[in-house]
Amino acid sequence: MNRTEALDAVKESIAQAVPDADLAGLGLDDPFRDALEMDSLDFLGFIEILSERTGVRIDDEDTPRLTTLSGSADLLVARTE
Amino acid sequence: MPRETIRKEAAPPVTPHLTDYEQARSDFTWSQARGALAGLPGGGLNIAYEAVDRHTGQGRADKPALRCVSRDDTVSTVTYGELARRTSRFANVLRSLGVGRGDRVFTLLGRCPELYTVVLGTLKNAGVLCPLFPAFGPDPVEQRLRLGDAKVLVTTATLYHRKVAERRRSLTGLEHVVIVGPGAADLPGTVSFDELMSAAPDTFTIPPTAPEDMALVHFTSGTTGTPKGAVHVHEAVVAHYATAAYALDLHPEDVYWCTADPGWVTGMSYGVIAPLVHGVTVVVDEGDYEARRWYRILGEQKVTVWYTAPTALRMLMRVTPREGPYDLPRSYDLSALRFIASVGEPLNPEAVVWGRDVLGLPVHDNWWQTETGCIMIANFAGCDIRVGSMGRPLPGIEAAVLRQGEDGRALVVDGKVREVESHDVSGELALRPGWPSMFRGYLHDKERYEAAFADGWYLTGDLVRRDADGWYWFVGRADDVIKSAGHLIGPFEVESALMEHAAVAEAGVIGRPDPVAGNVVKAFVSLRPGIEPSAELERELLAFARRRLGPAVAPREIAFDENLPRTRSGKVMRRLLRARELGLPVGDLSTLEGSA
Repeated sequence: MNRTEALDAVKESIAQAVPDADLAGLGLDDPFRDALEMDSLDFLGFIEILSERTGVRIDDEDTPRLTTLSGSADLLVARTE
Repeated sequence: MPRETIRKEAAPPVTPHLTDYEQARSDFTWSQARGALAGLPGGGLNIAYEAVDRHTGQGRADKPALRCVSRDDTVSTVTYGELARRTSRFANVLRSLGVGRGDRVFTLLGRCPELYTVVLGTLKNAGVLCPLFPAFGPDPVEQRLRLGDAKVLVTTATLYHRKVAERRRSLTGLEHVVIVGPGAADLPGTVSFDELMSAAPDTFTIPPTAPEDMALVHFTSGTTGTPKGAVHVHEAVVAHYATAAYALDLHPEDVYWCTADPGWVTGMSYGVIAPLVHGVTVVVDEGDYEARRWYRILGEQKVTVWYTAPTALRMLMRVTPREGPYDLPRSYDLSALRFIASVGEPLNPEAVVWGRDVLGLPVHDNWWQTETGCIMIANFAGCDIRVGSMGRPLPGIEAAVLRQGEDGRALVVDGKVREVESHDVSGELALRPGWPSMFRGYLHDKERYEAAFADGWYLTGDLVRRDADGWYWFVGRADDVIKSAGHLIGPFEVESALMEHAAVAEAGVIGRPDPVAGNVVKAFVSLRPGIEPSAELERELLAFARRRLGPAVAPREIAFDENLPRTRSGKVMRRLLRARELGLPVGDLSTLEGSA
């Protein structure tokens, strides 16, 4: 998976988990959980959707890296190399 | 049904407050419980005095009251002495703003140290504190500010901007908005918390408050209509103190962590008031749930007593299942932990046993609700646990199981109710009023308050069974209110928001069972003529509802249904929607439109 694909997968997964997410106003390095008001259930949903969409296994250990769009994309790229 | 019992060791390291259940019940009186508190020096009773000032006068000024873990993991400590000064400052701030006795002060804040200052400072000033959950959207926030006659709102710039600013002009009674953290200068009509605090003196004499003076308003949801503001008085502190001793087994040397947000009644009664009255050290985590974070906090803060919720436990169970590996929990030293309790929704037996196997301690379920103000029924530290049961009534609490009528609620004939006589038969849980933290009314809604009682009982709306030995088992709700992630959600509030969308003709909202959250909010929607269902519209409606209601209340699922079942009077039958969703028998449908 290249970085553009990874970033798209992250954005689409967020959009699915948080229907009212304003991704246009979200910077690559903004912590999105707070900006989009994701609660624990939203975040759990996001991880499940992302994992399903990309086939990448995501563990609880990985969640500290899933705080920004770029961090999440980097994780996906690294896992699919 | 097989019922596993977890036996307790004869001599635990800390002797529980309650070891002989029957003895404790027969010995207990509320007036004795009142005697454990100091009372105001000049007479009267004040929650904040018991929680803060009393300790400083008893040589505990240097003891850590709060240990605050910020989002970036830095830890700061607030001693009881410092908390006394801060809350006095805030009481002086309120006074300088012309805010006084009985005035309503709302909080819309994360779990930051300032929240504790505002809550207790307001109570010192004889004001009334109304906490709001920050995950509410603009609609629930506005509605509660209005219903609660908010005079002051304490919030952050971000939350104000997102949820209040646009509607400020319509909230004419809201005189002051106090902004915690940066940003007040850029927001017209707000003042800075820090600036006000730095200008205020740090001593304050609490004016006399009587036990029956209003202290707190907690909003809760019913089946129909607007949210209800349950009124609690200063005397509630007697029950907070006594029940935290019995059901949470708090001892002065404890380090205690309640994971509930103080925007809800648990986070206020047992996250702020009860532990501080006990003089323990309270862990406050500003961050969001994350399994590693939570295990780390339990270990690093040497938490001894932990009060959490089934949804959180189920999330931990997913990450660190009972079958192992136990690497994550074992990478932290959890040896200080000695007692775990849970509340908010029924705790599945698996979670009780998971605690025993993974954390080395079983989880103790307990039960209460916003109206009761304190824990009513519990599994106790010093007693065996019946796995899957909510436990037994606390000392001072009389409970009963009442026969149900056709609508599922307690059957009342000529003003009389009847108790279920056999054991293991379900009925509505009822409580005999009279304990100090019993709610004293719903704001501006005498009628709904009166409807909550019959024949000398408070009717809880929860269905339970009682076994032959007096243990209570949760069965379900007697009405349409939804319990999601431990939070009570009124279907009417969700339906009303959806129906404001131009495409929606009608909506029926139910709880759909969910393995993590207990229930998630699901909406059935019929569309206006000429509008076709589509995946796009579904997303649009989900987004629309979420923008208004916020993540805590908004539906997570929408189904289009052009034929919503209705009663003859035209109301959407949620009960039937729910039965259909679960594949249950639909029961008596004689009131259903077109069926007779």
